[in-house]
Amino acid sequence: MDQFLQHLANAVILGGTYALLGIGLTLIFGIMRVVNFTHGELYAFGAYIVYLMAAVLGVNFFIALAVAVTAGVLLGALIELALLRPLRGADIDTVMLVMIGAWIVMQNTELLAWGGVAKSIVTPFPETPLVIGPVSISWLRVFVLAVALLLIVGSYLLIHRTKLGKGIRATFQDRDTAALMGVNIDGINTATFALGSGLAAAAGALLGPVFLVTPTMGDLASLKAFAIVILGGLGNITGATLGGFILAFVEEIGAGYISSGYRDAMGFLIIIVVLVFKPTGLFARAERIG
Amino acid sequence: MMKRALPAFWLVVLLTVPLWLQDQYALHILITTGIFIIAAMSLNLLLGYTGQLSLGHVAFFGIGAYASALTSLGFDVELLGGFRVVHESWPAVAGFFVGVVIAGISGYVIGRLSFQVRGAYFVIVTISFAEVTRLVAVNWVELTQGPLALTNIPPFTFEFPGLGSYTVWSKTAYYYLVVAVGLVAYIVIGRLVGSRIGRAMIALKENESLASSVGIDVTRYLVLAAVVSAAIAGSAGSLYAHYLKIIDPDIFLFIYTVTMVIMVITGGKGTLAGPIVGGIIFGFLPVIVRSYVAPAVQWILYGGLMVLIVFLLPQGIVPATERWIAGWMHGRRKPPAVGWANGSEPREQK
Repeated sequence: MDQFLQHLANAVILGGTYALLGIGLTLIFGIMRVVNFTHGELYAFGAYIVYLMAAVLGVNFFIALAVAVTAGVLLGALIELALLRPLRGADIDTVMLVMIGAWIVMQNTELLAWGGVAKSIVTPFPETPLVIGPVSISWLRVFVLAVALLLIVGSYLLIHRTKLGKGIRATFQDRDTAALMGVNIDGINTATFALGSGLAAAAGALLGPVFLVTPTMGDLASLKAFAIVILGGLGNITGATLGGFILAFVEEIGAGYISSGYRDAMGFLIIIVVLVFKPTGLFARAERIG
Repeated sequence: MMKRALPAFWLVVLLTVPLWLQDQYALHILITTGIFIIAAMSLNLLLGYTGQLSLGHVAFFGIGAYASALTSLGFDVELLGGFRVVHESWPAVAGFFVGVVIAGISGYVIGRLSFQVRGAYFVIVTISFAEVTRLVAVNWVELTQGPLALTNIPPFTFEFPGLGSYTVWSKTAYYYLVVAVGLVAYIVIGRLVGSRIGRAMIALKENESLASSVGIDVTRYLVLAAVVSAAIAGSAGSLYAHYLKIIDPDIFLFIYTVTMVIMVITGGKGTLAGPIVGGIIFGFLPVIVRSYVAPAVQWILYGGLMVLIVFLLPQGIVPATERWIAGWMHGRRKPPAVGWANGSEPREQK
C-alpha cells in the first residue's frame, strides 16, 4: 500500500507536465489539424534553454524557466509563419511530411549544438525530500507540480475568459463563419501554435531538471502527447488534462508492477486500444474546444 | 518502342553491374540500397496507391528480419504460464519465407485494427505499433537477446536436389539475390496496381465515400494492400538480417521509416519507378555526404531536403520528369508549372 501511494504521488507529479504537453498539442491539432511532430522538439528545446541559462550561463533558475517558455513561444510562432502558413490549404499528409522534416532538422541541430551526452541541471531546491507519511517527494518535484497546475489553470482561463480564447474557440467550431465574423484566422493560427509550443517548452523546462536532458528526449514526448490528445479527445482541454494524469498513472503502475522496460509502451498501447474501441476519446462530448 | 526498350535497358544495366563494378564497398552500398528500395516499394503500395501514410512501416521490416533470423537460428523461450516453446534451427531460406508470412500476418492484424481510423489517427496508430514492437525487441531478451543483438545469422543456402547446394557468401551473389527479390516485388506490385484490385485502391484514395458507394469494400482492399505491403517489407527485412548477419532492436528506429518515406516522396509516390529513383538518390547521398560532414549534419540535410521537396516538387521526380519529357516531345506543350503542395485544389476548410 505504501508503495502504491508513492507510485500515485509520482504519477500526479508526472501527470502535471504530461497535461501541459497534451494541452499544447490538443490546441494545435484541434485548431489547425496539424499533426505536429515538432511538439516534442519544443519540449527538448525548453529543457536545453534552461540548461543553457542555468547551467552554462549561471542565470537564476527561475529566470531561466521564464526565458525557456518565452523562447518556446517565439520558436513556435516562427515555425508557424515559416512552414505552416504557406501550406494552408494543403492536405494533411503534405503538412505532416513537412513537420517530420522540421522535426529531423531540429533534433539533429540539438545534437550538433549540445552533443549526444545527457546533461543534468542543478536546481536551487534542498536535497532533503518532503516526507508525508510513507510518501517522500523531492521539493523540485513539488515545485514542478505547482507550476504545471498554475499553467494548466492559466491556459484554461486564457481559452475561456479572454478575447483571444473566444477567437480560438470560434475558429475551432467553424472556421469559415469565424472568418466571416471578423476573426483573424491567420493570427489565431499563429497564436495557437505559439501557445501550444510555449506549453511544450514549459513541460520540457520543468522535467529537464527532474530527469536528464538529451537530444532524443523529444521523440517519446511527441508520441506521449499524441497518446494524451487521443485519450482526451481532439481539442478537449479538460480531456487533455485528465489524459495527462491517466497516462502518467498507467505508466507508473505499469512500470512498478508489470515491467519497467515496458513503461514507455503503455502510452502506445493506450493509443491503439482507445483508437480501436473509442476513436473519439474517452471524454468526448461533441468535438469542441474547451 | 521507347516503352519497351527503356525497361530492357535498365534490366541489362541492373544485371551487369557486378561485371563492371568490382569495388566491394560500392557493391555493399548497392545491396543495402537495394534492400531499402524493396522496403520503399512496399511502402509506396500503401502511401502512393491507397493514400494511407503508414509511419510504422519499419515494424514490418523488423518483424520480417527477426522472424527470419530466429527461424534459422532456433530459440527456446518460456511463455506466460510456464509454457515452453523450443524451436530447432531451420535453413535460412525457410526463415525467409517464415519472415514474409509473419510480416504479412502482422500486416493483416494491424490493417484490421487501424483501418477503422483515417488520416492523422491512422498515422499515430502505425507509429505506436512500431514503437511497441521496438520495445518488445528490446525487452523480450530471452527471445531476441535485447540490445545484445542476434548474431551469427546464417547466410542463405539453396539446395538443388542431385546437384548439391549453393551458399550465398559473396557480395556479387547477394547482389543478384536482392535484384531477384526486388524484381519479384516490382512485378507483384505492378500486377496488383494494374489489376481491378489496384483500380479499386486508387479509387478509394481519390474519393473514399464515392468508392464505397459504388460497392468497393474499402476495408477489404485496404487490408489486402497492407498484407501485401507488409509481406514485401518483411522480405526486405529478412534479406537485411541474413546479409548483415546481426540485427538489434535499432532496426525498428523511426528514422528507417523516415528513410523509406523520403525515398517514396522524392521519387514520386504512386509511380512504380518512384521508390527506385528516390531509393538510389537516398541510398547514395549519405555515402557521399558522410565523407564531408558529421552524421547530425547529414540528417539536417535530409530533413531540409524533405521540406524542400514537399514545397518545390510535391509530385516527386518521376512524374515531374515524365511531364517534362512529354512536353518536350510534343514541342508545343510547355511542361506544366510545378503544382502547389499536393497539386490539388485547396481542401475544404473546416
